[in-house]
Amino acid sequence: MNGRWDAVVIGTGPAGMAAAATLAEGGARTLVVDEQPEVGGQIYRAIERNRGNDALGRILGADYLRGAPLAGRLRASGAEIRLATLVWRIDEDRGVWMRRDGSVERAEARNVVIATGAMERPVPVPGWTLPGVMTIGALQILLKSSGLIPSGRLVLAGSGPLFYLFSRQCVEAGVSELTLLDTADGRHLPGALPLLPKALTGQGWRYLLKGAGLLAGLRRAGVTLYRGVSGITLEGSEHVAGIRFTHRGGTGSLACDTVGLHEGVIPHQQMTRSLGCVHDYEPAQQSFHPRRDAWGLSSRPGIFVAGDAGGIVGAQASAHEGTIAALAILHALGRLSQEERERRFAAEARARRAHLAARPFIDRLYTPRDEVLVPADATMICRCETVAARELRRLAGHGVPGPNQAKAFLRCGMGPCQGRLCGPTVTSIFARETGDTPDATGYYRIRSPLKPVTVGELAGSGKETGSHP
Amino acid sequence: MFRRIEASAGTAGTLTFEERPVAFRAGDNVAAALLAAGIARFRDSPVDAAPRAPYCMMGVCFECLVEIDGRQNQQACLIPARTGMVIRRQRGARDLADRAP
Repeated sequence: MNGRWDAVVIGTGPAGMAAAATLAEGGARTLVVDEQPEVGGQIYRAIERNRGNDALGRILGADYLRGAPLAGRLRASGAEIRLATLVWRIDEDRGVWMRRDGSVERAEARNVVIATGAMERPVPVPGWTLPGVMTIGALQILLKSSGLIPSGRLVLAGSGPLFYLFSRQCVEAGVSELTLLDTADGRHLPGALPLLPKALTGQGWRYLLKGAGLLAGLRRAGVTLYRGVSGITLEGSEHVAGIRFTHRGGTGSLACDTVGLHEGVIPHQQMTRSLGCVHDYEPAQQSFHPRRDAWGLSSRPGIFVAGDAGGIVGAQASAHEGTIAALAILHALGRLSQEERERRFAAEARARRAHLAARPFIDRLYTPRDEVLVPADATMICRCETVAARELRRLAGHGVPGPNQAKAFLRCGMGPCQGRLCGPTVTSIFARETGDTPDATGYYRIRSPLKPVTVGELAGSGKETGSHP
Repeated sequence: MFRRIEASAGTAGTLTFEERPVAFRAGDNVAAALLAAGIARFRDSPVDAAPRAPYCMMGVCFECLVEIDGRQNQQACLIPARTGMVIRRQRGARDLADRAP
């Protein structure tokens, strides 16, 4: 026994809630933390407040309400839940540094489950830093957590499941001045079609049926939808005022008050990177994924990764991954027989696979355009330090090898977001310019603190849970 | 610009942004409260002073930085709104010392 907590779970989305609940139910001393003040992650955000809200529940739909029983299970499991708690460092020996309410604490963990989920893929287009331009995920978060919906003229531009889902939710919520710019590239369809038969197996058909239903609903509602849109430029000085785009070889332009952008989601890799976990570039999802075994164990001992943080699988498969990681930990703790572990693993793995049946088809169909992955020269890539794609290409042309050297020359990735919003694009640009793979190009070295912690907060620390169990 | 889907739900409290009173509802974080009040400019970029505002609403992008009760560079989207909070625009980079509230 060398630690107070058998497991520390980071994140209370579907993967984290399932992991923490399974661990605590199995008798493991479990701490689960989330930066947000409420459980649910982004997909089930504010689920405990909203579960009785019929009006909002009707808009958000049944898949959102699925989070309520999971949250209830977590609450009943006996896991210690700490919210509004930032994990800003994890030591080699799995000491987990947290900050809550201005005070810092280190918890020792025999195992860590990183369930920090996904973030939206950056959508660097000209004008994307203007106030009034947000991700579609951000707009949906405002709806879930504050019942807010854009007023005035709203343009949603992007592709993928969340694009259609939120468009439909806007219609349900009574947004009247809505225009959709679908950026999906029709040239991916021939490559996606061979993946369709498999997509209809398992639970896959449900995902496709939901998508078809969303599209039909949007058509019925008479929402203006432009397909095959590219070349998006946002205009305005103090606030977004218009959007220009290319459509069927011509150009279009719209006046607008709010713009939502979305080109899919990618694993939020800050924490796994900071631990030095091995990552591999996954071409099908155009993103880096931490390398894991079948249980979700990363390349670092005792560090598990579950859910979208390990590769985009969606909410339901994420919950199964959380459970699978918990089974491995319970067995290692001697709280679950090998036989029982194998039996439950088989059921969880089967259910997970069923939810992933349509994923390759969806990933292929909604592969982002090159203009999103490697934007044009004038486009700002690093929002914090205002670094344009041109400057990165110039460095690559001068023989600068990659993202970490670019940091030193341009300060890209050194602003407050610590490279979260520019890192994926910087790697893509360097890989494209040098002809190297993204794996060979690499990614920013991420170091703690993962978010700013003040000297005052550190000076006040000294509480340590775990040294005296 | 945003509106509430439920017009009837009551106010939970009031904070101020640049001296202006801003009412908020239960569950609002500071960013949501400000957006609901029609505030579009949260901070000025330390590099070129361009206006910035929330982009991700989930703690990733750091575009929603504001000064709250004298503490600079606070992520408005992660901090629950509380009555009496004194909020100011984050102008450029933070100072070494926090301002007195």
